[in-house]
Amino acid sequence: MLDVMDSPTRSTLSQTLLQEVQMLANQFQQTFGRMPSFMEVCGSHTMALARTGVKKALEGYVRLISGPGCPVCVTDQVTIDAMISLTDGSDRIICTFGDMMRVPGSYGTLMQAKTEGKDVRVVYSPVDAVRIAEQHPHQEVIFLGIGFETTIPILAAAIKEAEEKQVHNFSMWMSTKLVEPILRQLLHEREVSLDGFLLPGHVSMVMGRAHFEFLATEYNMPAVISGFEALHMLSAIRHLLMLALKQHAIVLNDYKSVVTEQGSVQAKYWMNHYFTLCDEAWRGIGVISQSGMDFKKEYDRFNAKVKFSVLTREPRRTKCRCGEVIRGLIDPPQCALFGKACTPLQPIGPCMVSSEGSCAAYYQYMREE
Amino acid sequence: MERITLAHGDGGQLAHQLIADVFVSMFRNDRHAKFDAATFTLDPHELAMTTDSFVVKPLFFPGGNIGKLAVAGTINDLSVVGAIPKVMTCSFIIEEGFPICDLKTIVQSMAEEAKKVNVEIVAGDTKVVERGSADGLYINTTGIGVISHSLEPKICEGDSVIVSGSVGDHGVAILVARGELGLVSTIESDCTTLYPLIAKALQASQRIRLMRDPTRGGLATALVEICEDFGVTIELEEERIPVKQEVEGACELLGFDPLYLANEGKVVMIVPKEEEQAVLDALRSQPEGKAAAVIGTVRAINKGQLLLRTPLGTTRRLYRLTGLMLPRIC
Repeated sequence: MLDVMDSPTRSTLSQTLLQEVQMLANQFQQTFGRMPSFMEVCGSHTMALARTGVKKALEGYVRLISGPGCPVCVTDQVTIDAMISLTDGSDRIICTFGDMMRVPGSYGTLMQAKTEGKDVRVVYSPVDAVRIAEQHPHQEVIFLGIGFETTIPILAAAIKEAEEKQVHNFSMWMSTKLVEPILRQLLHEREVSLDGFLLPGHVSMVMGRAHFEFLATEYNMPAVISGFEALHMLSAIRHLLMLALKQHAIVLNDYKSVVTEQGSVQAKYWMNHYFTLCDEAWRGIGVISQSGMDFKKEYDRFNAKVKFSVLTREPRRTKCRCGEVIRGLIDPPQCALFGKACTPLQPIGPCMVSSEGSCAAYYQYMREE
Repeated sequence: MERITLAHGDGGQLAHQLIADVFVSMFRNDRHAKFDAATFTLDPHELAMTTDSFVVKPLFFPGGNIGKLAVAGTINDLSVVGAIPKVMTCSFIIEEGFPICDLKTIVQSMAEEAKKVNVEIVAGDTKVVERGSADGLYINTTGIGVISHSLEPKICEGDSVIVSGSVGDHGVAILVARGELGLVSTIESDCTTLYPLIAKALQASQRIRLMRDPTRGGLATALVEICEDFGVTIELEEERIPVKQEVEGACELLGFDPLYLANEGKVVMIVPKEEEQAVLDALRSQPEGKAAAVIGTVRAINKGQLLLRTPLGTTRRLYRLTGLMLPRIC
């Protein structure tokens, strides 16, 4: 959408670029006898591709596969259950990003806990949770720390603030994920055949282009870092097609206004200052070694897993296929629950509730019935 | 600082004083205040009546406050059905401890907003609840208007969809005013009384098919309801929908869609194609309507779908807002 004072010129640009992408995709089909497949790693890309119509415009030309880049969707069921059961303790304030509120655990959601009278608050930044802790010195404030490299430095900023202000009633329940290990896992497993990756602009802003160099050097896989507007994404897909046609594996930065070669040195410093690599369980995939970050021992006083114990029951299994959706094995409508038992109002799995989830993107932007 | 106490709600002397000092003096409704119910005469025409409760947080935001919103909201609900707003009642639920100076400011802006279109506030009620039982102040308003222009929504294929200005301003203004985003923005709520703007449009065209004020749920939800209620398919042009850059930026950051953000001073109209320019000119002649734009077309009858054509030339279907809009993680 344009500013009210602008004149509409974006459609001409977009449509010209779209035609070029379609032409290159046809060339790819003629050369290799199949449709090119690219994976968008990031949930924000999944949403943006659906919302802007890029995904629909490329149907029949390019297969765009949603990857495991939505932080809510990849959080293991046991972790979600543990986070929700944290609300059971008295005198606790649970703070979370909005996305988590309606994510179904085995036995309820944070929203339900709030309705039942538990103190669960949506904050826009973990630093806000530190402020809540300052305002409520006699209660324990726990922030639910989920997210990728984009979010981890912000979590670190909150810990830094709590440390500097000597806030002792603030802690985090960490369940963060890293992009590199999951991409390696996907490429090792080879469950999905891919011709390239559309890499997330936000994560790359923190980690830098060079961080993804391993895709080209170790896996011979082309990749392009992209922004989130239709023009950005079409341009990146155009680059990916040209690389795939030439069988040329490089990692290209197509979002230079935001992403640098080495990323944010400061953000990486603070991530590594408070946190260290840890094994993490990924929904539908299992535990991947060194695929997340958790508190270093010396900061255990901020570690909610050390401060509080939670009782979780065996997770309740559903027929939800979010695990296959995030591995790119199926498209959301292939799940029997999609749009029937599972909708954004009554989600069964996290991919439907998260504002970056593939199922939510399909439900909101791709349904036609 | 003078504050609301529980005694202000007990119907006794303090309650009387509050009503006399704040409500009667500002709404200037001494005539009606002497009786248990307001009595008034209305022309023997078709009437419109509406009621709404306002529970906005924060109570004061850039571009307005809960009082202005309560009066404008009710006047707008009457205006979009073709009525001239005439009289209004208002009911206040006030939390113990609420500063009386804030109440005065709110009531003053209600009086000013009502005066803009000569609406009389003729009756009201005040209840005070214990501290902690309410979020400062809730207001309910009920309004009655006289139908001046009977709308007969005979929507036809080829009709144009017009919006009176940029969408999503109120939604973003409220989000920023809550101070939880760490965002600084100059966006003001569009909260205003639409009657003068709508009256101009109705003067320009006697054939306006239908009007709605797209409040909660935003432009998309309002139009989905029209499509379903009247069984028509509307196709919007994404590029033509006016959205301020600041609103677009905030939405991008938070993962919101401006089409689903609340508006409190916008009207969306369906008009015959041949009357489109006359209505646009009328809207643009007023300050509140200077960014009015044709944003779509009625494509088919008997389908009931809202479609959005993207700048890429593809279309996608829009649905009602599902659940709360919650900010995303990254």
